[in-house]
Amino acid sequence: MNFNRRLFLGTGVAAASTLVAPSIFAAGHGKPRVVVVGGGAGGATAARYIAKDSKGGVDVTLIEPSRMYYTCFFSNLYLGGIKTIDDLGHSYGTMAAGGVNVVHDWAVGVDRDAKTVSLAGGGSVPYDKLILSPGIDFVDGAVEGWDLSSQNAMPHAYKGGSQTELLKSQIAAMPQGGTFAMVAPPNPYRCPPGPYERVSMVAHYLSANNPTAKIIVADPKPKFSKQGLFQEGWANHYEGMIDWIGDDFGGGNVSVDPNAMTVTIDGEITKVDVCNVIPAMKAGRIAELAGVTNGNWAPVNAADMSTKADADVYVLGDASQQGDMPKSGFSANSQAKVCANAVRGALTGSKVFPAKFSNTCWSLIDTNDGVKVGATYEATDEKISKVDGFISQTGETAEMRKATYEESEGWYAGITADMFG
Amino acid sequence: MRFRFQLVLTLAASFAASVGSSEQLGDPVQGAKVFKKCKSCHQVGESAKNRIGPHLNGIFGRTAGSDPTAKYSKGMIRAGDDGLVWTNKTLDAFIENPKALVSKTRMSFRGIKDGEDRLDLLAYLRGFSDDPSNIPEAEPTAQGNDHNLDPAILAIVGDPEYGEYLASECMTCHQTSGANDGIPGINGWPTEDFVVAMHAYKQKLRPHPVMQMMAGRLSDEEIAALAAYFEDLE
Repeated sequence: MNFNRRLFLGTGVAAASTLVAPSIFAAGHGKPRVVVVGGGAGGATAARYIAKDSKGGVDVTLIEPSRMYYTCFFSNLYLGGIKTIDDLGHSYGTMAAGGVNVVHDWAVGVDRDAKTVSLAGGGSVPYDKLILSPGIDFVDGAVEGWDLSSQNAMPHAYKGGSQTELLKSQIAAMPQGGTFAMVAPPNPYRCPPGPYERVSMVAHYLSANNPTAKIIVADPKPKFSKQGLFQEGWANHYEGMIDWIGDDFGGGNVSVDPNAMTVTIDGEITKVDVCNVIPAMKAGRIAELAGVTNGNWAPVNAADMSTKADADVYVLGDASQQGDMPKSGFSANSQAKVCANAVRGALTGSKVFPAKFSNTCWSLIDTNDGVKVGATYEATDEKISKVDGFISQTGETAEMRKATYEESEGWYAGITADMFG
Repeated sequence: MRFRFQLVLTLAASFAASVGSSEQLGDPVQGAKVFKKCKSCHQVGESAKNRIGPHLNGIFGRTAGSDPTAKYSKGMIRAGDDGLVWTNKTLDAFIENPKALVSKTRMSFRGIKDGEDRLDLLAYLRGFSDDPSNIPEAEPTAQGNDHNLDPAILAIVGDPEYGEYLASECMTCHQTSGANDGIPGINGWPTEDFVVAMHAYKQKLRPHPVMQMMAGRLSDEEIAALAAYFEDLE
């Protein structure tokens, strides 16, 4: 209901200018058509904004196999017992009220000459502009001994939903004094502080329920996001529980055996009770099938998120290779608004404003101990380029950390309302 | 610590800009007269107690909203959580226009526009803080009035269509419903309050790293456009 009121009041002025603008693109077939593949922070936002701001002037179809979206952001707080799985779930049922046609199916191919997207259930959907926001998939063979068929024994839990629940149940079933292992991913990957927030939240859970348990992290990187803040927090809250093995100590030389439940780090074999393998990542498969990737990711133009390969195909969020922005839900949401403004302008002649991007990542180290890092960005000819940034400081007061955590809850409510209406 | 450092930078900049205006410290005797305006709510001195507003002994160096025995607005507590510490500089800005520095403060006081009166008042209040030599007022650079927005900036009429586009960036955190949990709602803010607040972030006078960063790259016209959009948003 708030959405409707906002829609009416908020877009009154914009709508007046949009409606008189000619549909310059749709000469042959009625209304211009936008197809969005993937209903996460990038795709849901883009679909909703184009539908909302065009006031029905653009036909918007969102292709998304799931009926419920479980956010990957805040899923670590579920692992820590601070949020429930229901807190993370959002229905696509609200999208229709926002003017978006939601098709619950898998997009399995893109014909860029015919401008159609084919669906697993048969049939295809035509588009004038195609926005791909497929998130991530994993690079085959990235961690020796692990492939997707091992994801039940050793979950990645790096896509929200059932994998997150599986990992949570495995942590709860650990024997007293057991070992939780994580294989951390190499750069670039979704949510740079994510693995370390996860370590914090697993430690938070274990401290209360299994205080003699151990956590081992094998990391192929020599350093990681917010490292000083996390390591300060681990020392303060979880002393002696967490063993982070960086690249300098062989953390990158790792293999796993899902049948034996062992992890081998730099030649040393360890029997573990839970193993969270987060492999190297690449763009979600549909980007590759559409032929807009180069290597693991899809290079895009910073001004509007259109791909270098095809001006009518856009890639948002984690799957894009855009420059300086981290792969995060916040980034995808920010890119979606720039893209929505540009796509609507191209299809309806509405005003296109200059690209502005921003990102903030909050992480929770322990109850009420939140930290954040953020930056603003602009579009240059080469890439999305960083303008300004900040990061929480070590040694901040408990009050400030609590305020930061509460702020992250406000952000969660804000971004999910922004995505789903 | 970080906030203090930024403040010093702002102070240094404002000092450079305000050479020629009054740089002397205020007169505490005159300040005692100015304090009559504050007396109905605030006490100072040996027997001072929290009344409608908190007592002001030791106000210099205190974090905003941090006295557990005083009553504060949510806005004041949030400002303190964000790192607002009462210094000569921040008190001066607050007394000039309370709402510009702390949104939705309970202090229903229009502010003291006369800079001399504020200097005198702060000189008077300074006498009730524990260690006056350590307060920022002791520094020769502690004058300045860079929160005085140029009336020309306040007079800019914003383009609400541009404001709507720019506002989409705000909506990632500030909820469309106007709800206040964790991050304040900003729907329906009066234009002037909005513009003054955003410029106070831009000048790093209001604390909060995210907002300082977001405001820092907005032009005067963009701030006006956002104000125009949010004013009409329910």
